[in-house]
Amino acid sequence: MCTVCGCGEGETRIEGHDQPHDHGHGHHHHHHHHHEGHTHDYGQGPAHAHAPGLSQARMVRIEQDILSKNDAYAQANRRRFAERGILALNLVSSPGSGKTTLLTRTIDDLKAELTLAVIEGDQQTAHDAERIRATGVSALQINTGKGCHLDGHMVGHALETLQPEDDSVLFIENVGNLVCPAAFDLGEAHKVAILSVTEGEDKPLKYPDMFHASTLMLLNKVDLLPHLQFDVDRCIEHARRVNPAIKVLQVSAFTGEGMSDWYQWLRANRQLAMIGLR
Amino acid sequence: MHEMSLCESVVRILEDNARSQGFGRVKTVWLEVGALSGVEIEAMRFSFDAVTRGTLADRAKLELIALPGEAWCMQCAKSVEVQQRFDACPTCGSYQLQVTGGDELKIKELEVE
Repeated sequence: MCTVCGCGEGETRIEGHDQPHDHGHGHHHHHHHHHEGHTHDYGQGPAHAHAPGLSQARMVRIEQDILSKNDAYAQANRRRFAERGILALNLVSSPGSGKTTLLTRTIDDLKAELTLAVIEGDQQTAHDAERIRATGVSALQINTGKGCHLDGHMVGHALETLQPEDDSVLFIENVGNLVCPAAFDLGEAHKVAILSVTEGEDKPLKYPDMFHASTLMLLNKVDLLPHLQFDVDRCIEHARRVNPAIKVLQVSAFTGEGMSDWYQWLRANRQLAMIGLR
Repeated sequence: MHEMSLCESVVRILEDNARSQGFGRVKTVWLEVGALSGVEIEAMRFSFDAVTRGTLADRAKLELIALPGEAWCMQCAKSVEVQQRFDACPTCGSYQLQVTGGDELKIKELEVE
């Protein structure tokens, strides 16, 4: 069921939900959740109340953050993760950095040891969720349509369907975009930025908001370094300039180089997510 | 281009406030935008006009209040102004800066009727 639901993004489709989910605002809002043929029925309440006697212009101070709605959804997700000991990670990168390959390798190497689940965000197609499901781990695709990022509300709906297990690790693979996902909290414990050495070493400077918001940067495809002119130290220096606290691990999801450090980081953070629960 | 969804959030906040504070139309919106908020001012204006069509803020004026980026320089031990997150300290050139302000994205005030 919706916990804090109040709005709909016109073009978003979430697997297992009958969408597009385009409802008016100012409604009162019944959700009938049937598993099959799941219909949404929204009452048409008045959206614009014209109160008599209030026709003169006046000033209203509201001091409200534009992202406050998203932040409320994100907080609800975060509470849910905290109560269940779920480590949720928001994986962000440009398209083509090797995010899905890194994820499938991680799943193959860790699925015997940890319970894993994946939410995949893309503008279109369910290809990535299918790739993940081929590893045997449960995955749910969100298609954002015209949208350039996932938001807290979409992830909340995805959680209703995916129902990740207690004490699991949930990877949320965001839309490949280094700009917009930086601003939208999903309720994750950490953002993990994936940058591949086939991209420019100045990407952290070109997209500072994302690297500023991330806890960890995985520098992927390091097996290709002998063939490229990519200065790893300069890249790390650039990342530290926008975020002095960022941790950087050099990995290759293809050869497996450096992946054990990433797994150690995952295990340590999962332990943190579970501390104090049972 | 997340300015479009930001403007959709603005409209939602306006609709909520229209109900709670009893107004029917919004004529002007004052928005605080920090230099480090990741928002493109021109894209914001464009999206605002598009997104508010047919809503309670149709043809409303958007007044943007630009706020500077602020950071604490550890070397100088004082607050300095920065344009971007990776700027060096304008006084000493150090990169040991902690951003302290400038990521605001807030609806400040409304003129309504």
